Amino acid sequence: MKPSRFVYHAPTELEQVLELLSEYGDDAKVLAGGQSLMPMLNFRLLSPGHLIDINRVSELARYSLSDSGLNIGALARQRELELSPEVELAYPILHEGLTNVAHVQIRNRGTICGSLAHADSAAELPSIMVALDAVMNVRSKDSRRTVPAEDFFTFHLTSSLNPEELLVSVDLPRMGANTVGVFDEITRRKGDFALVGAAVLGTWDSDGKIRDCRIVCSGVAPTPLRLREAERYVSGTDLSQEVLIGVQQLVTESLEPTEDIHTSAEYRKKVTGVIIRRGLARLADQRSTIHV
Amino acid sequence: MSEAVELDPVESKLWITTTINGAKGTHLVEQRITLADFLRKQIGLPGTHLGCEHGSCGACTIILDGKAVRSCLILAVQADGAVIETVEGLASEGELTQLQEAFHAHHALQCGFCTSGFLMSLTARLREGPIDTEAEAREALSGNICRCTGYSGMVEALLSLSNEANEDGAR
Repeated sequence: MKPSRFVYHAPTELEQVLELLSEYGDDAKVLAGGQSLMPMLNFRLLSPGHLIDINRVSELARYSLSDSGLNIGALARQRELELSPEVELAYPILHEGLTNVAHVQIRNRGTICGSLAHADSAAELPSIMVALDAVMNVRSKDSRRTVPAEDFFTFHLTSSLNPEELLVSVDLPRMGANTVGVFDEITRRKGDFALVGAAVLGTWDSDGKIRDCRIVCSGVAPTPLRLREAERYVSGTDLSQEVLIGVQQLVTESLEPTEDIHTSAEYRKKVTGVIIRRGLARLADQRSTIHV
Repeated sequence: MSEAVELDPVESKLWITTTINGAKGTHLVEQRITLADFLRKQIGLPGTHLGCEHGSCGACTIILDGKAVRSCLILAVQADGAVIETVEGLASEGELTQLQEAFHAHHALQCGFCTSGFLMSLTARLREGPIDTEAEAREALSGNICRCTGYSGMVEALLSLSNEANEDGAR
């Protein structure tokens, strides 16, 4: 249970990180919070020749909230964002998701961008980023590009990052005044990996109908999964009791979730329908708190 | 390219300076050694225990720059410049902390393997504010595992420290 040998690098500037990645990319891993990478090193599931620790790159250790949205740097810790009252007010769905990420001791070290780059399909943050139309800012020594969250996650533990690239930050567009969103998940024990999770988001219009619904699930597929049929089913409705029961039935009947040692596909089907119904019911409750 | 930590070319080890339980020192560490193993084997502080070594059990919890963290998921070289608190630093001159006294009084340990991790998690938590309800107590305990399932005693110990309990006791 000890990491195999590697060469440790501790750059202090972003340019140095990108230089190191361009030199060692194929044989290197980036160490940010380390809450997923270190277990993989301890188990020797990974044995990179080079470890590039970005913890001393202070320009990456920040986030900024503006009128246009929230920019979260590669080293911003989960706990820091969770404790920000401004972030909670502007992105309640992100706050709620963060409180479901493992335990305080993990969130004290763990980073938002690290969780995204790790791309665990059972994780909370990837689904929330897809629901919010977040955009990943990716850089290498010679290039920079942006990747919409929906295209970023390609498979379980796999993102569209190339070996020489770093996820420098993620941009979350501002949520509109009438946009509401919640996150919920099912775990055996608080803080465990989610068996299933769901980010549910929508915008109430002046006619009392929900529009632009997003329903994104964790833990049911190799990537965050948008349930487009369910989104269409509820969009344009008032989220009445009949609609909620109908969408639960639709999800339970149509979903084909993965099965693993943690639980069966059958169980995942059932509880995914339940948490989506509950999430949408909360969006319905929140209608009275906004002014359209 | 200059990096923050200089590699010793002969030893392939790195020099780090840390303050551990108030004592500042400089140490030559292997690049791949975890902070937990560094504390236990190199510094000689075996009170930090290693259960799972992948961040699930919480036995290795220490306080690093004021925050409770898993020392099995941090490399010793990353602790350069850090202030570290371990279970050995809690009692001062043989006098237990209030939390340790409460654990003792409420039989909040059985085999004791997980205890140091719980004490460090809870010490950090109690600095943020009091724990007044059972729900808060269980939330504070949730990041550590007691394989003897001795949680009830720990909940009682925590509630005995709460302001509300002390006010009730004074009446």
